[in-house]
Amino acid sequence: MAEPALVASESLAGCRARAARTVLGQVVLPGEELLLPEQEETDGPGFAGERPLRLNAGIRTRLRVVCGPGLRRSGDRLLVTKCGRLRHKASGCGSSGGIYWVDSQQKRYVPVKGDHVIGIVTAKSGDIFKVDVGGSEPASLSYLAFEGATKRNRPNVQVGDLIYGQFVVANKDMEPEMVCIDSCGRANGMGVIGQDGLLFKVTLGLIRKLLAPDCEIIQEVGKLYPLEIVFGMNGRIWVKAKTIQQTLILANILEACEHMTADQRKQIFARLAES
Amino acid sequence: MEGAMRSDDKVCTETGIESSSRGPGCSLRHFACEQNLLSRPDGSAAFLQGDTSVLAGVYGPAEVKVSKEIFNKATLEVILRPKIGLPGVAEKSRERLIRNTCQAVVLGALHPRTSITVVLQVVSDAGSLLACCLNAACMALVDAGVPMRALFCGVTCALDSDGTLVLDPTAKQEKEARAVLTFALDSVDRKLLMSTTKGLYSDAELQQCLAAAQTASQHVFRFYRESLQRRYSKS
Repeated sequence: MAEPALVASESLAGCRARAARTVLGQVVLPGEELLLPEQEETDGPGFAGERPLRLNAGIRTRLRVVCGPGLRRSGDRLLVTKCGRLRHKASGCGSSGGIYWVDSQQKRYVPVKGDHVIGIVTAKSGDIFKVDVGGSEPASLSYLAFEGATKRNRPNVQVGDLIYGQFVVANKDMEPEMVCIDSCGRANGMGVIGQDGLLFKVTLGLIRKLLAPDCEIIQEVGKLYPLEIVFGMNGRIWVKAKTIQQTLILANILEACEHMTADQRKQIFARLAES
Repeated sequence: MEGAMRSDDKVCTETGIESSSRGPGCSLRHFACEQNLLSRPDGSAAFLQGDTSVLAGVYGPAEVKVSKEIFNKATLEVILRPKIGLPGVAEKSRERLIRNTCQAVVLGALHPRTSITVVLQVVSDAGSLLACCLNAACMALVDAGVPMRALFCGVTCALDSDGTLVLDPTAKQEKEARAVLTFALDSVDRKLLMSTTKGLYSDAELQQCLAAAQTASQHVFRFYRESLQRRYSKS
């Protein structure tokens, strides 16, 4: 998805284009044009006529900007393709470079390389499994892509099993491919998800929110009951607690978290901790 | 009609998104829109224009039948369900118009060998149905997160016997009109994506209608923006 590119400062910006810096965190719509900080200096509304001569122009013109999901490039222009809030993450070295993306609330998953997902095994054919991950086509999973698997020692995977794995091949032109080992050959938490538990679907935005490093929901939920939980970037959550009742309560809390503010969540958790 | 009134009330109370009713400056009927109201589709929207109401659901990018697979872009499908009975020739013709409009704005090349299906259900028809279908389809596509080049909207104009132009006509006005013209416009250049006309009109009148539709489209796009901002303010 991400497409790195070098941006030159010269650009024919449209009159309606807004500066990316000013709309950060705001809702952007498909078709809108964004101006990067270095473009806004030269082409912005306040500037008219010739550009002032800069001694170190060569350094200023090359900045690394990465287009994340929901944005695309057309020449030097940065265009929005999805509706959502514009986000930015500064790169380590550059001042105004970094990653721009649109945070949208969609339900359909599109496989992305490196994502950890929960899939359901739908077919076993020869040496590969077909895994449904909620994308447009099933992902393939080799039987050798499990920890400790060899040609003689096959993993015990049945049709209908839940798999927690990672994409190694995911692009628009090829069939996605999953593995259940990391680059060192270790399972690292991946593999077949055990019996029992409950699998449910939420929006992709909620998963990203729950997995954000500063998210307090997981800690709060962990204080309520002892639990096992798996988050798939494809919008699937598997949860298991001691009893079915507790499992259902946890699933309902997580689903409800989507449309609650931080204060409302605090109240709910306080009330649950009492009962 | 009763059902339409009730759903209208529901939308207004739940999301509170409503544009002003016909008045000075804006000659369109009042709009209302609710997104993400269905749980099964990937994106959904209900769009109301006066008493005309359309419910839209979008599935995609999803699995595609091998016979319909296109190797370098997504297969776009539009299904229009009438309020009563089975879809006929009129519905098929509208489906085609909506599909061609969607195809112009959806970036299908980003999801090759997939299908994007738009299902439109007419809830009540009180004039300007095609325009309402286009608006509902656009909001549902946005809700589903389908990559698009621009937004689009539909505007219907009616010319009556003495040449007066009525924007967003009701069913009665459409019936009495000499000509009814529907345009689809995009949000970036305000250019024409699709036009369909019925009846007699002169060259000058066509240009006049198009100019009126372009002005009206600004109101629609402003409404889109408000509606989407409201939706994202919840999270």
